[in-house]
Amino acid sequence: MTTVYRKSAGLQDRELHYCPGCSHGIIHKLVAECMEELGVIDTAILVCPVGCSVFAGNYFACDTIEAIHGRAPAVATAIKRTHQDQLVVTYQGDGDLASIGAAEIVHAAMRGEKFTTVFINNAIYGMTGGQMAPTTLLGQHATTAPQGRQKELHGSPIRMAEMLSTLDGLAYAERVCVADIPHLNKAKKAIKKAFELQLSGVGFTFVEVLSACPTNWGMTPLEANKWLLENMAAYYPLGVIKEVQGT
Amino acid sequence: MAKELWKGNEAIAEAAVRAGCKCFFGYPITPQNEIPEYMSMRLPQVGGVFVQSESELAAINMVYGASASGVRAMTSSSSPGVSLKQEGISALSSGELPAVVVNVMRGGPGLGTIQPSQCDYFQATRGGGNGDYRTIVLAPCNIQEAVDMTQEAFDLADIYRMPVMILADGMIGQMMEPIEWHPIPKREVPPKDWAASGRRGRAHSNFITSLRIDAPDCERFNRALEQKYKTIAEKETRWEEKDAEGCEILITAYGTPSRIALSAVEELEAKGVKAGLFRPQTVWPFPSARLAELAAQPSVMAVLVVEMSLGQMLEDVQLAVQGVKPVRFHGRVGGMVPSVEDIAEQAGMILREVR
Repeated sequence: MTTVYRKSAGLQDRELHYCPGCSHGIIHKLVAECMEELGVIDTAILVCPVGCSVFAGNYFACDTIEAIHGRAPAVATAIKRTHQDQLVVTYQGDGDLASIGAAEIVHAAMRGEKFTTVFINNAIYGMTGGQMAPTTLLGQHATTAPQGRQKELHGSPIRMAEMLSTLDGLAYAERVCVADIPHLNKAKKAIKKAFELQLSGVGFTFVEVLSACPTNWGMTPLEANKWLLENMAAYYPLGVIKEVQGT
Repeated sequence: MAKELWKGNEAIAEAAVRAGCKCFFGYPITPQNEIPEYMSMRLPQVGGVFVQSESELAAINMVYGASASGVRAMTSSSSPGVSLKQEGISALSSGELPAVVVNVMRGGPGLGTIQPSQCDYFQATRGGGNGDYRTIVLAPCNIQEAVDMTQEAFDLADIYRMPVMILADGMIGQMMEPIEWHPIPKREVPPKDWAASGRRGRAHSNFITSLRIDAPDCERFNRALEQKYKTIAEKETRWEEKDAEGCEILITAYGTPSRIALSAVEELEAKGVKAGLFRPQTVWPFPSARLAELAAQPSVMAVLVVEMSLGQMLEDVQLAVQGVKPVRFHGRVGGMVPSVEDIAEQAGMILREVR
């Protein structure tokens, strides 16, 4: 019998709790496959956030530390500085990273901490039930912005990859999405590249993944992926945002 | 061993290094700045890590990261900064992670003053952050004791897998005293097989979390914490007494006021007053049983609590004494320090009143 597909050894054999159509499951798989391909499952340390992926430690096969809201980059700073030869990754959502943890991510990038952040941007607070995020698009409805996000009231959505790229400590930033197979393949390449760059010690590496949250967007999974490509990818340009020469 | 003259904050930092502290994360705030300054110079000499964090929140969460991955770590701050750290102290307690946190207390509330105070007693001894937790709180009264306690704190944190706080005041942080670097008895600490430091061949992955979303699980965990805290209360409660047996007035104080109170006791004794001193060295767990026993002596007419606060340890003393004897209070606040004369005068007045 030929094996045509198998679950990555980077994941435990557990049923995921994520909603149908949620991108977390796919992104978990990509992160796990990259760890497996680089042979670092046995040494990697993953820092997971508050939000829907708070349970990531139940799914990944590597050692995992759950940080409280927004503090994953501070937690990872200490881990990487004391475990310099090991892969250290933070996995954070948009409320966690761009709102309550804005200071921690900015200063980790400023210091050029040599870990990787996988930033899940689905433009909404998922676990708490659809409140407005700093990345919620203008006009997008949220339970705390029932009339839709308005520039005058809430400001414009924050582009984290671009903002962090202004800092010298950031070596590599790319924005990807997982709405279809071609994009998913690019996303995996970006994550793997970030991990490889981290292990070569060049500086802070950042991959922003535009993600779907059909439950809180009030859409079917297919509608959500279409909306993501048409609206989110239009505001948050896909591709390499910064790559330091020589990396 | 020869005595050396050390400033309190620097002595605490050096004591931590000698105790095997590998990481320090901190943010500037007066009157504790000499601790991060000393660590920024000293830790690189011993292969350790120093990071000046962007905030107190980041500092305590860096401690969380180091600790969760199995490394001895410490942070220090002063009152307003320790308030910010409560988020992480609660998370460390819930993740059952060892850590040493130093609070060189200053007057509050709010930004208050940079002068010494004991106004964070409630915060230190009642958990301080969200949730039903405690931290072991060691309260040194001089620099020698601050040095000894800091070294012991790392072992205590590892043994019980929880944050241990050194509750000093600005006076202890800022003054200089002669100390001795005598060896501290090392305690047996369990291996950190729980740490998320990379599997490296371990059959299972370790997952450090403070989340227990199912209520029965969360209750079980809280009950386990309760048991741990009971064990600590039984095994780690410490205090010191001076002429407390057979005294008429039992003065109770910790930290800087306790050494001033000691002078007051000596002054009262010189005048023929039977005065005694009870000095908690751990303020959590609080030495309630011994204090109750002393207060219940037929000779004791009143208990006088002296603090640099409006009366916080006072409540623990009242809980211990249970109304068996009158409990009175003398406190100075806002950075002011009680004097020997004031304490002696208060004691005399109370004795005249209750006789």
